[in-house]
Amino acid sequence: MLAACPNAHAQVTSDQILRASSAPRNWLTYNGNYNSQRYSTLNQITAANVSRLESKWVLQDQVLGAWQSNPLVVDGVMYVTERPNDLMAVDAKTGRVFWIYRWTPSPDARVCCGANNRGVAILGDTLYMGTLDAHLIAIDARSGHALWNIALADVKQAYSITMAPLVVKDKVIVGLGGGEFGIRGFIAGYDAKTGKEQWRFNAIPEPGEPGHETWAGDDWKHGGGSVWVTGSYDPALNLTYWGIGNPGPDWNPDQRPGDNLYSDSVVALDADTGKLAWHFQFTPHDGYDYDSVQVPVLADIPWKGVPTKVMMWANRNGFFYVLDRVTGKFLFGTPFVKVNWASGLDENGRPIQTPQATGMPTWPGNQGGTNWYPPAFSPRTGLFYFSAWENYASIYRREKAVYQAGQNYTGGGGPVLAPTPNAPTIGIGRRGPIDNWTDEVGNGAVMAMDPQTGKLRWKFTQFDVSDSGILTTASDLVFTGGREGYFYALDAKTGKMLWKASLGGQIVMAPITFQVDGEQYVSVISGHTLVTFGLRK
Amino acid sequence: MRKFWIVTWCCVAGLLAVGSPHMTAAQGLEDHQYSSADIEAGSRLFANQCSLCHGPNGDLIAGIDLRHGVFRRSSSDDDIRRVITTGVAGAGMPAFGLQPAEVSTLIAFIRASFDLSSTVVKLGNPERGRALFEGKAGCASCHRVNGVGQRTAPDLSDIGAIRSPAAIQRSLVDPSSAMIPINRPVRLVTRDGKTYKGRRLNEDTFTVQIIDDQERLISLSKADLKEFELGKTSPMPAAASLSDEEQSDLIGYLLTLKGKL
Repeated sequence: MLAACPNAHAQVTSDQILRASSAPRNWLTYNGNYNSQRYSTLNQITAANVSRLESKWVLQDQVLGAWQSNPLVVDGVMYVTERPNDLMAVDAKTGRVFWIYRWTPSPDARVCCGANNRGVAILGDTLYMGTLDAHLIAIDARSGHALWNIALADVKQAYSITMAPLVVKDKVIVGLGGGEFGIRGFIAGYDAKTGKEQWRFNAIPEPGEPGHETWAGDDWKHGGGSVWVTGSYDPALNLTYWGIGNPGPDWNPDQRPGDNLYSDSVVALDADTGKLAWHFQFTPHDGYDYDSVQVPVLADIPWKGVPTKVMMWANRNGFFYVLDRVTGKFLFGTPFVKVNWASGLDENGRPIQTPQATGMPTWPGNQGGTNWYPPAFSPRTGLFYFSAWENYASIYRREKAVYQAGQNYTGGGGPVLAPTPNAPTIGIGRRGPIDNWTDEVGNGAVMAMDPQTGKLRWKFTQFDVSDSGILTTASDLVFTGGREGYFYALDAKTGKMLWKASLGGQIVMAPITFQVDGEQYVSVISGHTLVTFGLRK
Repeated sequence: MRKFWIVTWCCVAGLLAVGSPHMTAAQGLEDHQYSSADIEAGSRLFANQCSLCHGPNGDLIAGIDLRHGVFRRSSSDDDIRRVITTGVAGAGMPAFGLQPAEVSTLIAFIRASFDLSSTVVKLGNPERGRALFEGKAGCASCHRVNGVGQRTAPDLSDIGAIRSPAAIQRSLVDPSSAMIPINRPVRLVTRDGKTYKGRRLNEDTFTVQIIDDQERLISLSKADLKEFELGKTSPMPAAASLSDEEQSDLIGYLLTLKGKL
């Protein structure tokens, strides 16, 4: 029935989101569905016909700066945000725009790393967008007008939201950012109809809350712990999982003795109450800004012969982990890039830290062995795919930081290691068409990790680094890109490149796939263009 | 308006007083005025206050490259001071409540092109330096300045604007260790037997762009190459044959090259 009316929207129910994997024509959440595998069962595009992909339409973003948005697609309508807080409803078959909603964030908004917005959530006919000035806005999906608009935190304290919210049942879950400005991060669940706060989990526990003992004195008040990437949900366990960012001040751990929970941790929260079920901290007492703000990827795999509910995590700190997602127990961990800030992990997964002497380089560098961009997992190949930065180091420097509301509270810094003094190095984004830092500062690699062995099945190396997330499909394809603007289809089993397109701009989000009128499409954002590919007839 | 011009003139007069008597006012010796302590203090302040928006290399905001002296609305040190202390509301730059001495260290760091090793490098006579460049030192046989010379090595028309005196001195004394990686010499042999030798301009996962020894712009697909040799040694000879005075004359000349064209 819906196929006959391509633009008729069904209301998106929470039940539909639960069963999102069985309706792959849609892309209903940031990561596609609650297990965040970014694996689609759409198989019309295959290794045999992928060379017939052609651009079907292009949407250009009218704003300067990296476009990190992850679109949603619901029954042939794509919802995509652009900087700083615009939201468009776009016909997914032709790329023509139905409406655009714009919110201008307060001039007091402070962000460390770009006026990014990574997308929206949907429930019923309502879209939910977080803003740079820490508002949550509910927008009607058909009219493009706001229904309500609530400040979740004080923008003058440099709280911000860059992540796409997550709808679970009747609540919208949002994490707050601002870890470089001495905030105290939190995750909260808001009533989807009214925006009223239903529960809150403090990423930095206050006196009386468990974990507070890992802070001394008043350090917790500006402990950081921002949450800026969308988490996952296990409906059977009713647990929602979130990665938490660096402690504050970022680079001066001497100012905050203790493990600094729950910075650089994954937390499992009861989806109804926000109560902490378990946590696992990847980097205690972090001095390297190794935000554990990665997407928790959930899968049911055999572990030493026993079917196990796991969580897979390639962490910014350079280690790959497999955790039991029921209990948080550490099952396995291994480095996936050169690591010298720790000599290894103990039997509980706790790193044995080996800080380098002042002025000496630390591997991986500040942006990590991997970062925020989404990984993927294929239940067919059993492989976990993610973008890594190899051979990249920073020379960290510690300084005393003094807190001032709304100001940077980072406590140091330090350059990226370069082969020659004053040579260009790698920053948060790519600055232009000439790669004058070269692979001598660091290079990108798409890694296919076998979680059962901790070994890479294959690796696809790129000259420049990549901030591109990954999409994988039931045709055993892996779609991804990189900073050079190439968009690839790789063989999911072998990593062999099957097809590429030169799109010319840095790809800083994962691609998505969807179906309209029986045709499968793959969309990716490169630079300032959103390109949607489909098969040439 | 009148006040503005007085301030600028004082700035220029200050430069003249400190600089070599042979330099003209247009050739700022800004880094000469600042001690290494100033530059070091400025680097720390920059990392704490500025780098999150401007980036560690000062070039993350479009149109601004602090390390290379590219600004949107500043040219004098006082312009920079004003931008820092009053902000630019429309552009999202906040006003920073810093002490004047702190702002001075930021200016020192910016003028030293973020080069912490930028200590006082002796600057000699630019006229003599130019003669050396075009003559005895043989630079023009590979380098080009304002349309004169070879294109095989990097063009130096704006070298005085993009490199600190210390960095230029390093390139003269030990060219291989100072060579920026993108500039490495290459030798490429295609599957059908053609050989290209030159300097790398750009590279990505599938292609490489060079300017070859005949000054041609060549782009090649790596899939078409059977050999891709990247040299670690700079083809530039070290300036060991030049005396200290000749080196400082050469550096003095190179610093006058600000690429005004």
